[in-house]
Amino acid sequence: MVETVRFRLNGRPVEISVEPDRMLLWVLRSDLALTGTKYGCGEALCGACTVLVNGEVTRSCAAPMGSLRGAEVLTIEGLAPEGGLHPVQEAFVTHDALQCGYCTPGMVMGAYGLLVRNPRPTEEEIVQAMEGHLCRCGSYQRIVAAVRTAAEAMARGGIGTGTRLGASAEPEVAARAGGGAS
Amino acid sequence: MSTPLPRRDFLKVAGGGITVFFSVGIPLPPSACGGSPEGGAAQQRGQSGYPSDLNAYLRIHENGRVSLFTGKIEMGQGIITSLAQMMADELDVPFSRVDVVLGDTELCPWDMGTFGSLTTRMFGPALRQACATARAVLLELAGERLGVPPQRLTAETGEVFDPDTPSQRVTFAELAHGQRIQREASTRASPKRPEERTVSGRPAPRTDAHAKVNGEALYAGDMRPAGLLCASILRPPSHGARLLAVDTSGAGAVEGARVVEEGDLIAVLHERPDLAARALERVRAEWEPGPSAPDHEGIFEHLEANAPDPSVYQEAGDLARGRAASARTVESSWYNHYVAHAPMEPHTATVEIRGNRVTVWPSSQTPFGVQREVAAALGVPAEQVRVISPLVGGGFGGKTANRQAVEAARLARSSGRPVQVAWTRKEEFFYDTYRPAALVKFSSGVDPNGRIVFWDYDNFFGGDRSADVFYDVPNLRVRTRAGWQQGSPAHPFAVGAWRGPASSTNAFAMESQVDLMAEAAGMDPLAFRLHNLTDPRMRAILEAAVDRFGGPLPRAPSGRGIGLACTIYHDTYVAMVAQVQVDRVTGEVKVLRVVAAQDMGEVVNPLGAQLQMEGCIAMGLGYALREGLRFQGGKILDENFGSYTLPRFSWTPRIETLLIPRPELPPSGGGEPAITPVGAVLANAVYDAVGARCFTLPMTPERVRAAMG
Repeated sequence: MVETVRFRLNGRPVEISVEPDRMLLWVLRSDLALTGTKYGCGEALCGACTVLVNGEVTRSCAAPMGSLRGAEVLTIEGLAPEGGLHPVQEAFVTHDALQCGYCTPGMVMGAYGLLVRNPRPTEEEIVQAMEGHLCRCGSYQRIVAAVRTAAEAMARGGIGTGTRLGASAEPEVAARAGGGAS
Repeated sequence: MSTPLPRRDFLKVAGGGITVFFSVGIPLPPSACGGSPEGGAAQQRGQSGYPSDLNAYLRIHENGRVSLFTGKIEMGQGIITSLAQMMADELDVPFSRVDVVLGDTELCPWDMGTFGSLTTRMFGPALRQACATARAVLLELAGERLGVPPQRLTAETGEVFDPDTPSQRVTFAELAHGQRIQREASTRASPKRPEERTVSGRPAPRTDAHAKVNGEALYAGDMRPAGLLCASILRPPSHGARLLAVDTSGAGAVEGARVVEEGDLIAVLHERPDLAARALERVRAEWEPGPSAPDHEGIFEHLEANAPDPSVYQEAGDLARGRAASARTVESSWYNHYVAHAPMEPHTATVEIRGNRVTVWPSSQTPFGVQREVAAALGVPAEQVRVISPLVGGGFGGKTANRQAVEAARLARSSGRPVQVAWTRKEEFFYDTYRPAALVKFSSGVDPNGRIVFWDYDNFFGGDRSADVFYDVPNLRVRTRAGWQQGSPAHPFAVGAWRGPASSTNAFAMESQVDLMAEAAGMDPLAFRLHNLTDPRMRAILEAAVDRFGGPLPRAPSGRGIGLACTIYHDTYVAMVAQVQVDRVTGEVKVLRVVAAQDMGEVVNPLGAQLQMEGCIAMGLGYALREGLRFQGGKILDENFGSYTLPRFSWTPRIETLLIPRPELPPSGGGEPAITPVGAVLANAVYDAVGARCFTLPMTPERVRAAMG
């Protein structure tokens, strides 16, 4: 049964008519046309679909829409201002910490989620936090290095544009199913 | 000067500016390239109206930008960057002014596909030759413009000038403007010497990185033509199962779902992919199981019993004489299980049909294969099918099979709407073209002086790549029985090329056996190899790898857990040293450190090459330690990453890579070689750690425990 779900997506209010048991991944990719978040396994086993929900690292393939009422959702599209890169993204570029790039948005969001909670993780903490993310191309070593670099950059310059999480109220703009996220 | 191109065919594509067509080496027959484009290359070439002997071109545009057009694709291996580096070098244009157009069947001439580490190897020299031809045209035009003999001129950052009067210069844009020049690459043009190169040979960060970190990079599933429907397709529960009855009426309970039945293809379409899947769950089907099929438990007995007769791949001397000269002989059998490609992006395709024009956006390593297969399925000429390759989210050989694109095309035609088929992970495991399970029966012997005197090698189902004996062995016979290219009815499902096909099995068997021989000869692994090797490239990288690791190596088993292995893959040499820790109670293997040295001829992008080596090693941990498909009666039991375990962050050792620069040699490719010795080097390291020899990959904790006795 279709219900109305209101939540905030990348800092903007969204209102969508949707079956509450549908998973966020598909609503993002299909209903809202935000395709940066990827499908890899559908069972929260690979991390490709990772987003932040209320600041928590969340596998969007296993996040029912009904659980998101009033939530703050941050996807890869909302991490950096238009055209720019967040320090986590910059660090991935600097370290060449990607190959095919398909797991990368999930990796970046997972790393960002870690650094928001733990700005100075040890290498063991990085590995532990990222363990649920798979990269078949095998860029793990460079991703760990990128997360360390990102931590240093964020320590110098704050946590970047991701601070829009929990940003102040904006005018209520409703986006309907099938429309854009804005 | 090169000759003008006589053929008018080019005009329709060439447009303005200066265009140079070239051929990327001699295409291998399909059987040799692991991609098995069915039907053969010959009849496919030239179908787009391009001359049949040319399959790539570059253009100096009227605005001074430079583009390369090729049917290759980018799946993470980094050619979008390395090809641009070579062009920037040879043409003297800034790297930022080079565009690489990949895998568009309308813009690019026919190409067999992207696999086998072939791109740089076959592309590099041809591309440089074409660039040199274009550069000669530019110098000639500039000579006319400046009134100076072309041989006095030089080019730099997209401008041509006479070094004696550098103030007089003309840009590539000015030279190309208003031109419509078409040439074939000429062998008379001289590419730059290695020491003249300023862009290639130096690390270049990948040009697609920005779009990949911010989510803008587009893959096949990100294509959203207006009116798109997503498909969920009815699948059999097991290979060989036959559909007896189906009732699709339940699907209607999901609003907006639409059932399409077209012969063997039964699907539910919906605007939302998850709702299509939900509707498909309501379709009831009755299946008749297929004929009995082997299980993973008994697969090697089954394969051995159903093996074809051997064919001799390499032979020398007299085996009987070698046996007689042996002081110690080693007889072993080596086993390697089926392994999945498991790219993070499952097979996906989006298809739109407008009038008689079909557009396909597939995740594929063979865009021209997609074009042919889709055209055949729809019964239309290939010219009506345009394949536009988006970025590919990992391939590893698995995306040379294009079933999903054919499915999407058929459903698009049936429904009259654009259709996307994006396989679930379960479908990906079901239809994967697995690395074939293989076994090797191997006997060999060393004489009293520690020389290998015979080598009798028989590979069942793995294939012959990297099976060449590179040690100095006077009496040898290497035989193979089927491989990944041919497949075999003995396999319960499809097999195909998997990153470094055949070689990961061959290197495992060969280099494990060499260690057994070293121990029999009372020598350490490095000394024994050097004692039996004269190939200077192999000697050099072995020594380089051990040196970086911090030699000398102990005689095994030392308890330190250090292993060595080496191999040759398509003329790329790899030597690897690994150190592991084995939990004697659980049998768990923890890889601490891997040092890999590689000699791949010219290195175009050292950063990209290192990244490929690191990726090979990280990915290789999987088939070495954990990945082995489970199946039963035609059912694939592993359906997702819960039971089929891929390497993860916590497995990653300290990886150190070492490139031996050989700018004077042609590039031999680096996307695959370093994955192939990983099984061997870890098996040797495990032996050194605990004195237990593993004859079967993957070395799961259970197998390591069993080997420890």
